[in-house]
Amino acid sequence: MRKGLKTALVCGSIPVLALVPALPFVNRIRPVILGLPFILFWILLWVALTPVFLLLADRALRKDDAGKDEGR
Amino acid sequence: MTPALAIILGVILVSAGVGFIAGRRVPMNLENWTVGGRKFGIVIMWLLMAGEVYTTFTFLGASGWAYAKGAPTFYILIYGTLAYTLSFFILPEIWKIGKRRGLHTQPDFFAHVFESRALGVLVAIIGILSILPYLQLQLAGLGMIVEIASDGAVSSTTAILLAFLLTSAFVLTSGLRGSAWVAVIKDILMLAAVGIVGFGIPRIHFGGIGRMFQALIEKAPGHLVFPGSAPSMGVGWVMSTVLLTGMGFYMWPQLFGTAFSAKSEQVIRRNAIIMPLYQIPIVLIFFVGFTAFLVLPGLANGDLSFLTLVRKTYPSWFVGIVGAAGAVTAMVPASVLVLSAATLLAKNVYRAGFRPKAEDAEVMRVSRVMVLVVSTTALIFALAFPSALVNLLLIGYDGVSQFFPGVILGLFWKRVTRTGVTAGLLVGIATAAFLVFGKHDPFFGLNAGFVALGLNALVTVVVSLLSRPSPRKALA
Repeated sequence: MRKGLKTALVCGSIPVLALVPALPFVNRIRPVILGLPFILFWILLWVALTPVFLLLADRALRKDDAGKDEGR
Repeated sequence: MTPALAIILGVILVSAGVGFIAGRRVPMNLENWTVGGRKFGIVIMWLLMAGEVYTTFTFLGASGWAYAKGAPTFYILIYGTLAYTLSFFILPEIWKIGKRRGLHTQPDFFAHVFESRALGVLVAIIGILSILPYLQLQLAGLGMIVEIASDGAVSSTTAILLAFLLTSAFVLTSGLRGSAWVAVIKDILMLAAVGIVGFGIPRIHFGGIGRMFQALIEKAPGHLVFPGSAPSMGVGWVMSTVLLTGMGFYMWPQLFGTAFSAKSEQVIRRNAIIMPLYQIPIVLIFFVGFTAFLVLPGLANGDLSFLTLVRKTYPSWFVGIVGAAGAVTAMVPASVLVLSAATLLAKNVYRAGFRPKAEDAEVMRVSRVMVLVVSTTALIFALAFPSALVNLLLIGYDGVSQFFPGVILGLFWKRVTRTGVTAGLLVGIATAAFLVFGKHDPFFGLNAGFVALGLNALVTVVVSLLSRPSPRKALA
C-alpha cells in the first residue's frame, strides 16, 4: 500500500473511532461544557474536527500523486 | 391572504421559476439531464449535495426526535459525518470508473463491474422501491409544513398538488441543473431560518441555550443521554444505526449518482472535507425540539413541535419564511428523487431489461414519461396514506444499504463474483424485510438493517469464494 494512502486512512479513522466505539464511554451529561451536555459537546467537537482530519488525509494523498509525477 | 401565506406561495413560485430558467441555455441530452454534463464544480456540487442531504426529514424529524426521544436524535449528526468520511475514500474510485466507461447511474455501475445486465436490473428495482416511500415522505412533509405555517389557509392536499406540479415541470425542462439552482435558494433560506430560530427560541423562552439545557437537566436528565426517552434506543442501537446509515447514505441511487456529476475526483474529495461543517447547524434544530419538550409538553405528533413552537413565538411573516424554507427543502430532494427514479426506470429497467438497442434519445423520451409516472405514484401515496409508509422508509434505508458490500468488494476485492453479490443482496433484503415487518427491530439491541447488512456481507464473501471467478473488467 502506498505510504500516503496509509496515512490518509489513519487520519480518516480517528474521527470514526471517536464517534462510534467511544460512545459508551462518553454517554453522560456532566461535565456540562459551553452549556451543552457532555455527550452532545463530544459529538459536535468531533463533527467539527472531521474536516481537519480529512484535510490532512487529502494532503497525504496529494503528496503521493506529486511523487508519482516526479517519477515519470 | 396572511403575510405568511403570501411569502410561502411567492417563494415556491420563484424557486420553480429559477428551476425552469436553469436548463434553458444548455441542450437537453441524456448526459446533461441526468448528470449535469459531468461538469459540476465544487460550489454547485456542494449546494446540490447539501440540497439533497437536508430534507424535510431533517427539518421535522430532527426536532421531532429531540422532542419525543431525546438523545437518540444525535445519531443524525454522527451518521452524516461517517458518510462523508467514507465518501472521501470511496466516491473518487466510483467516479473514475464512471468517467472511463461513461456511466450515469448506480445500476450502470453494478452491471458494468460485474458484467451482468440482470444484476443491474435487480439493483435498479431495489433502488426505485426504496426511493418511492422517501419521495412520498417529502411530499407529505411539505403538505404538513405549508398547512401549519399558513394556519390552515392552504390545505395539505393543495400544497402537495401545487408543489408536485411545479417540481415535475422544472425536472422535465432542466433536469439536474434545475435542482442544483433551486438548491441555492433553499440553502440560503433554510440556513437563515434555522439560524434565527435555533438561537432565538431557547433565548426567548429561557434566556439562552445553556439555561435551556440547565432547565432540561433538572427536569429530565435521562432525556439527554442514550437511550433518552426511547428505551429501545440505547447506545448499542445508536452505534449500529450510525454504522448502517453511514454506510447506506451514499448507496441511495440519487446520492451515488452525484459521484458521476463531479468534474474531477478532487472536487469530490474537497466536497467530502467541507460537508461535515454543514452538519453542525442541525444542532440548532435539536435546540428547538428540546425547548418544545419543556414548553409544549404532550404534543401528539413530535414532528410538529418545530413549527408549532415557531408559530407560538414569532409573527406571521416570519412563520411564512420558515414555512417557505421548509417547503423548498422538500422540493429540492423531491426533484432529485423523481429524476433518479425516472432515469433508473428508463435506462436500467426499460433499456437494459427490454430494449437493449434503444438510442439515447429514446431513453430520454421514456425518462420524461417516467418522471410523470413516478411523481404521480408518489402523489397518490402521499394523498392516500399520509403517514403509513414510515415503516417503508425504514425498509428503504435498510434496502439501499444492502448495496454497500457489493460496491466495496467490487471496487477493492478481485475475487468477488456476480453470484456472490446477487446472493448477498437477496439475503440482505430478505433478512431486513423479515426483521422489520416481523417487528424484530431492534434485534437484540441492534438495528435490524445492520444485522441484515452483516449477513449480506458474509454471504457475499462465502458464495464468491465457492463460485467460479466470473470474468471481470480490470478496474485499475
